Amino acid sequence: MVEYPGYPPEFWDSIEKVEETREKRLKETFPKMPEAEREELVHKYHPDYKEGTKRPVRVGAYKGQLAPHEVVDLLEAHALINPNEIDLDDVDYDVDILIIGGGGAAASAALWANINGVPADRILMVTKLRFGDANTKMAQGGIQAADKEYDSPIYHFLDVLRGGHYTNDPELVKILVTEAPLIIKFLEDLGVMFDKEPDGTMIEVSGGGCSRYRMHSCGDYTGLEIMRVLMDEVLNREIPVLEFSPAVELITDDRGQVAGAVVMNLETGRYHVVRAKATVIATGGFGRLHIQGFQTTNHYGATMDGVVLAYRVGAQLRDMDSVQYHPTGAAWPPQLAGQLVTEKVRALGAQLVNIEGKQFVYQLEPRDVVSSAIIRECYDRKKGIRTITGWGVWLDSPMIEIIRGEGTIEKFLPAMLRQFKRYGIDIRKEPILVFPTLHYQNGGIVINKYTQVLDAKRKPIPNLFAAGECTGGVHGKNRLMGNSLLEITVFGRRAGIFTSKHIKKVSLGKLTLNHVVRWENMLKEAKIRTKRKAPIILPDYRGDVRYR
Amino acid sequence: MGRRTKGETPKEVEPRMVTIYFMGKAYQVPEGITIIKALEYIGYKLIRGVGCRGGFCGACTTFYRKKNDYRLYSGLACQTPVEDGMYLTQLPFVPAERRKYDINNVKPDVNTILSLYPEIARCVGCNACTKVCPQELPVMDAIQTILRGDLAKAAKMIFDCIACGACSMRCPAEIVHYNVFQLVRRLYGKYIAPKAKHLEKRVEEIENGNYEEQFKKLLSMSVDDWKVLAEKLQKGEDIVL
Repeated sequence: MVEYPGYPPEFWDSIEKVEETREKRLKETFPKMPEAEREELVHKYHPDYKEGTKRPVRVGAYKGQLAPHEVVDLLEAHALINPNEIDLDDVDYDVDILIIGGGGAAASAALWANINGVPADRILMVTKLRFGDANTKMAQGGIQAADKEYDSPIYHFLDVLRGGHYTNDPELVKILVTEAPLIIKFLEDLGVMFDKEPDGTMIEVSGGGCSRYRMHSCGDYTGLEIMRVLMDEVLNREIPVLEFSPAVELITDDRGQVAGAVVMNLETGRYHVVRAKATVIATGGFGRLHIQGFQTTNHYGATMDGVVLAYRVGAQLRDMDSVQYHPTGAAWPPQLAGQLVTEKVRALGAQLVNIEGKQFVYQLEPRDVVSSAIIRECYDRKKGIRTITGWGVWLDSPMIEIIRGEGTIEKFLPAMLRQFKRYGIDIRKEPILVFPTLHYQNGGIVINKYTQVLDAKRKPIPNLFAAGECTGGVHGKNRLMGNSLLEITVFGRRAGIFTSKHIKKVSLGKLTLNHVVRWENMLKEAKIRTKRKAPIILPDYRGDVRYR
Repeated sequence: MGRRTKGETPKEVEPRMVTIYFMGKAYQVPEGITIIKALEYIGYKLIRGVGCRGGFCGACTTFYRKKNDYRLYSGLACQTPVEDGMYLTQLPFVPAERRKYDINNVKPDVNTILSLYPEIARCVGCNACTKVCPQELPVMDAIQTILRGDLAKAAKMIFDCIACGACSMRCPAEIVHYNVFQLVRRLYGKYIAPKAKHLEKRVEEIENGNYEEQFKKLLSMSVDDWKVLAEKLQKGEDIVL
């Protein structure tokens, strides 16, 4: 191996200041920001509010609403397929439930449909890469649930709303928080190895914006552990999964109902027709669109495909203007730039400090607040560290070992420890350089509590369901840590349950791609001239070394 | 690690080019970038051998040799920087069979594992698995620990497994470690780890509808009311509806 020397010499003056101030800071907590000040900070520094980064959508149900250019580019794109080239009479897969996606929401939907009586061979999962290749696996920090004596779903509800600046759909939030303990129990019964005390009590820590300790975790591999157990159970139940076969367009029937999807075998380039009585979109978020050129923590396949597909059949969207930047993406080494440094590092006690070793924000404010504070510290106050890729501030991880004892990092943050060690940085002894990174699609497809996809008039689009990051409403304009793993398992479950009931009353007509023809006409009418096609399926990094 | 003497001048960041051999063909790529980035730099749009790009999914297992070195190395392409003279290929897929079981109908002991994966008894203790693990897990020791019947210990030893399959490609006993480990972890999580009693209690309360009344009140309130309550919670105060 090439020896990677860790931090370059020019950083060390500052690292020493972090070390010098550490003892004093251990006794200090930076005051929480009052509501008004928080709002002002976010409006001034959060990338969502940066001018010139958005434009109104010109076509479809979300017409007139603002979204980032990168999102609008795809919403206003042509279909990937030419309807004339697809033979819809040649049905390759005829099932009751088609689930598009291979992550936690998709797996949950498949499992719960099967639990609710749909035979495994009447379900089909299709996914663009391997089963399990999703952001779910990369979620490190944890999953929230109010299951302790001192806590209540009511408290959890209020925290979620506060985190989302009260823009959330309260009905969906109520479901999220009341079904949370049920999901944790379900996962425990499946064999998920949660961090526990010897008597079985869950070890629960805090999270940004949380008023109570309710973050359940499995080391810092929480998402990986949940995903692999869900996968294992799907495979035990022999639910079919079609890998390397992303959905490229939905299919509608001659009565205007959704009736499945066209999928593309990524390796052969051939299209296949899937007919289904219910279709669940569980395709995740848009991190790989690199909005505003930000690095991302997201999986290679996070390209917003599901939103594009749903939009063409009339789905309404919400909060697409709102992007979550995780406050602590790695800023050094450059090979890790943009990668997630889990919020759990802060939950365990690490403070955020500037080039002089001074705190500038309470580390567990909601994510948009912390991101804004870091950006202010760097761009405005120039108290960050300059790097070849931009800026960074220190996340003082060695504090964790002092506060919670030696060995804590190895036990609770093994992934982090390993990742930085490869580049010569020991996060038990040295702080981590961080900067906000594109993390999460807050908004998305509008759904109701049965996970039905709604149109512009809030009417369900027949036979179309959605769950997980591709949907909007649960988190409003800002998600709190630990509520994404929760959302996918709660709403994935609901999609499975409600589709299993729904399919009993569905009869399908003749398969068509009429909505694609209509869509092309709408683009013409809106005078949208573009060569872009969507979904893009994977980002194209050929010849480009900027993004990981 | 890391610390250098003060005053040393930082090196300029102009990247040096190195030569790598991808499936036998030579390419010039900037030094220090990861293998994944290097492959994209030379023009590949990857489908196989790529996944989360963050070291969590095990999709990008890569085997390589280096100049003047007989040893076969392995690593994750998204985590391993290129080196001059590296000969490499990615593993597109790990041929492996996983055995079906019913988690509600198995005993958490070594016999369950042996009946599903009898080949683990063929472990010769060569440690080839451990040597190639990109997570630096004690793979062979874990197999031996399972054979000794200590599933609890084994489950924790290999908790960080990302199922990249490097071990399974090297194992002379033809064990598919990650499938075995998945089974061990679920047996531990379901049967051996103590249950969370507070969780059971809360589930019961929710199923009894204990919170419905409070939610009814809460959902009829205004945003301003919610704000007052939420800020109270932030101060550590309890609230009663």
